[in-house]
Amino acid sequence: MDITTIVFWLLSALTLFGAIMVVSRKNPIFSVLWLIVVFFAISGHYILLNAQFIAVVNIIVYAGAIMVLFLFVLMMMNLNNLPATNKNIWMKFIGVISGGLLLCVLVSTSKSAADMNLKSIVLKEGNIGLIENLGKILFTKYAVPFEISSILFLSAMVGAVVIGKKD
Amino acid sequence: MPVSYYIILAATLFCIGVVGVLTRRNAIIIFMCVELMLNAVNLLLVAFSKMQNIAHPPGSVVINGSDAQIFVFFIMVVAAAEVSVGLAIIVMMYRNVHSIDVNFLNRLKN
Amino acid sequence: MNTIIFCIPLLPFLGFLLTGIFRNYLSRQLCGIIASGTIFISFLLVLYVFFNHAYSPEAITYFDFISNPLLRISFAFQVDQLSTLFMLIITGVGFLIHVYSTAYMHEETPAHYARFFSYLNLFVFSMLLLVLGANYVIMFVGWEGVGICSYLLIGYWFKNNQYNYAARKAFVMNRIGDVGFLLAIFWIISKFGSADYSVVFSNATTIDTAEITGITILLFVGAIGKSAQIPLYTWLPDAMAGPTPVSALIHAATMVTAGIYMVARSNVLYSLSPVSMGIVAIIGLATALLAASIALFQNDIKKVLAYSTVSQLGFMFIALGVGAYTTGVFHVMTHAFFKALLFLGAGSVIHAMGGEQDITKMGGLRKKTPITYWTFLIAVLAISGFPFTSGFISKDEIIIAAYSYSKPIFWLTSFAAVLTSFYMFRLLMLVFFGSFRGTPDQEKHLHESPAAMTIPLIILAVLSALGGFIQLPHVFGGHDYLNEFLAPVVPAFSHGTEDIAMREYYLLGATIIGLLIVFVLTRKWYAVSTFEGKYSGFKNVLAHKWYIDELYDGLIVNPFTNFAGFLKSKIENSGIDGLVNGIGRFIRYLSRQVRLVQSGLVGNYILIMVLSITVLFLVFWNQDVLMGFLQKIF
Repeated sequence: MDITTIVFWLLSALTLFGAIMVVSRKNPIFSVLWLIVVFFAISGHYILLNAQFIAVVNIIVYAGAIMVLFLFVLMMMNLNNLPATNKNIWMKFIGVISGGLLLCVLVSTSKSAADMNLKSIVLKEGNIGLIENLGKILFTKYAVPFEISSILFLSAMVGAVVIGKKD
Repeated sequence: MPVSYYIILAATLFCIGVVGVLTRRNAIIIFMCVELMLNAVNLLLVAFSKMQNIAHPPGSVVINGSDAQIFVFFIMVVAAAEVSVGLAIIVMMYRNVHSIDVNFLNRLKN
Repeated sequence: MNTIIFCIPLLPFLGFLLTGIFRNYLSRQLCGIIASGTIFISFLLVLYVFFNHAYSPEAITYFDFISNPLLRISFAFQVDQLSTLFMLIITGVGFLIHVYSTAYMHEETPAHYARFFSYLNLFVFSMLLLVLGANYVIMFVGWEGVGICSYLLIGYWFKNNQYNYAARKAFVMNRIGDVGFLLAIFWIISKFGSADYSVVFSNATTIDTAEITGITILLFVGAIGKSAQIPLYTWLPDAMAGPTPVSALIHAATMVTAGIYMVARSNVLYSLSPVSMGIVAIIGLATALLAASIALFQNDIKKVLAYSTVSQLGFMFIALGVGAYTTGVFHVMTHAFFKALLFLGAGSVIHAMGGEQDITKMGGLRKKTPITYWTFLIAVLAISGFPFTSGFISKDEIIIAAYSYSKPIFWLTSFAAVLTSFYMFRLLMLVFFGSFRGTPDQEKHLHESPAAMTIPLIILAVLSALGGFIQLPHVFGGHDYLNEFLAPVVPAFSHGTEDIAMREYYLLGATIIGLLIVFVLTRKWYAVSTFEGKYSGFKNVLAHKWYIDELYDGLIVNPFTNFAGFLKSKIENSGIDGLVNGIGRFIRYLSRQVRLVQSGLVGNYILIMVLSITVLFLVFWNQDVLMGFLQKIF
């Protein structure tokens, strides 16, 4: 067992633990915090896979901007007086069961794929994830989607402002 | 690292996200679980971008997996836009009903 | 000529359509002109046919109803002497009654007025079809048609439920007879291969006598229903609920004689079966006696005439039963004249009395309504058999034929004739003689009827008086024109070598003496100033029609009604309705349950999405897992 494998397992455990914590905490602030932990762990995975750009962007965008946005909105809501709607325990049970079913199905699907056993992931190597390579592809082959995504952002901003207006 | 490990990891993460969406009542938490699901997919995509056959020697090909990472990039773009608009909707909803409990919002009933 | 013959029933049918469809737009006068006009033109066409001797034993075929190798039923007319004679009666008397109705029904609103005349025209059309048909099927079509028109016209004043019951009663009793008729037609078709008269009558001798007897009895059952013999006669007195012209046309002159026509037309079959002829005669005799006995004690002017009609029909069937077919037809003709006259005269009396029909309230109308009185008198004389009126000649022929056939029938028939004259004179005395027994208001209202009503009365009176001379017996210097006329189709009664001259003289003497006695007696008893109209003991039984209606009600009508009510509640309401409504209720219940899926909760929707994706994955990519799973279960 080399250090890479150990790091991989550690990071996976952290990710899953954090995800379960996100889902099960009563206090929403704790859920947000655990989600930030999950994001960090996933960025760790990215670094292990040598996708440096993605790892950094993950931290900056997700953990840095989106989660902060969530925190802002959460704190804006006055959530102390939650109405006591009776969510029956049965629904939670059903939810967990169906999630588990989906997991089983997905796993079995992947297992039955014949040529998966031959492939493997190379860790810590490769220059695919390097910023200059990504940049090269982004601005040559995928230039048009890049521009369109800027328009997408523009429309999202306008939409958010329009929806949030007081009248 | 066999691919199947990464697949199982991403699938588990995804299903935890699904459970969260089904189980929680708070609209914002549900939104967060959707982000969790998106991240699981991102992880898997990046893993696939590094996937090579054992027979090939490493380091010979430069750009063949980059498409997946560009895809991940765009997924993040879309997620960010979606979060901003979604949170605006939730804020507006809170202003009208003073609650963000999804069970409360059964206006589509019957 | 063929087109002319086709136009004869076509014109009344067109009249029916015109007055029926445009009933909301025609004025009363125009309606009356159209309706009466069509009948008049038909009458002229019949006269044309008559004077051109356009008879032939051949049928005139227009088109085929059914035409396959096994059976051929065609829409064909047979214009021979018998049908021409009946057509003359139908269109002639029908025209007079139409003219009468234009005045009698003048109080109706124009739409209903038009409805009346359209029904009348439809009736004449159906009756013409009946007598013109060249096969039993066309006759049956006309038979049903007159049945329907009878129902429509009896229930003309449909706002009154009692009248509707009477109409329904008439139709149902007709229907009962029609079952027999239909069975006979089926039998005929199965035996002879065709319903055409020519085929049936020429091959009649080849069939076994027992079968012929069966066929003729079934045909007679139909006649019992239509011509009101025992046991299916009770509808006719109730049918007086309809307007008086209807009673005159349908229930005196034409529809009820359809049965006579049918038997006369089938004389070939009946002559081959003495058993059924005996049955015809005996039922006719019983009916004649029964109806005459009831008529003696009725207090409604139209009911007396109704029972008189039933009784006279019995006479006609007696004539047919003893083999005097032409005599039966002759009596149809004379009866049409004087009975129509009697009914129209009664209508005139009712009109003068302002709607009153109870003879206990009438009396002394002789001075106030002279034309009505004189024509009514002539009709009463005719029906009673006053010498040399038409009724005398036809009735005497029946009695003499009965004498040659069987003595008991002769005596009973004569007794029935005496009863006839008695109740008719009673009616005459009660209505026209004595002093007025009604209210002073009615007395002020008494007046003679308008010309449109009195002129037909006069014409019919002339015919009643003189119509018999076409068949004056030889002993009185006459010549039997009618017998000769009908000979190719209908045989006359053959007296053989007997000497009938003496019988004629006896009969003449007996008639004169009898009429004198009847006149004196009724004058004494009924030309009175007060008349209660209540009877006791046996007379009350007769006044209540021997309680036969009550018997029918208890025996047949009430059990049927109860059974039908039972069926309605149990089977119709619970069963069939329940089933149909139950399907609707079930669907509504299902939809209510399905609607609950739309809970509005997003969480539920997402749950279902997840489950669906799971299932999708299973089915499309993990078939082996699915199969293994299913195999473990099953």
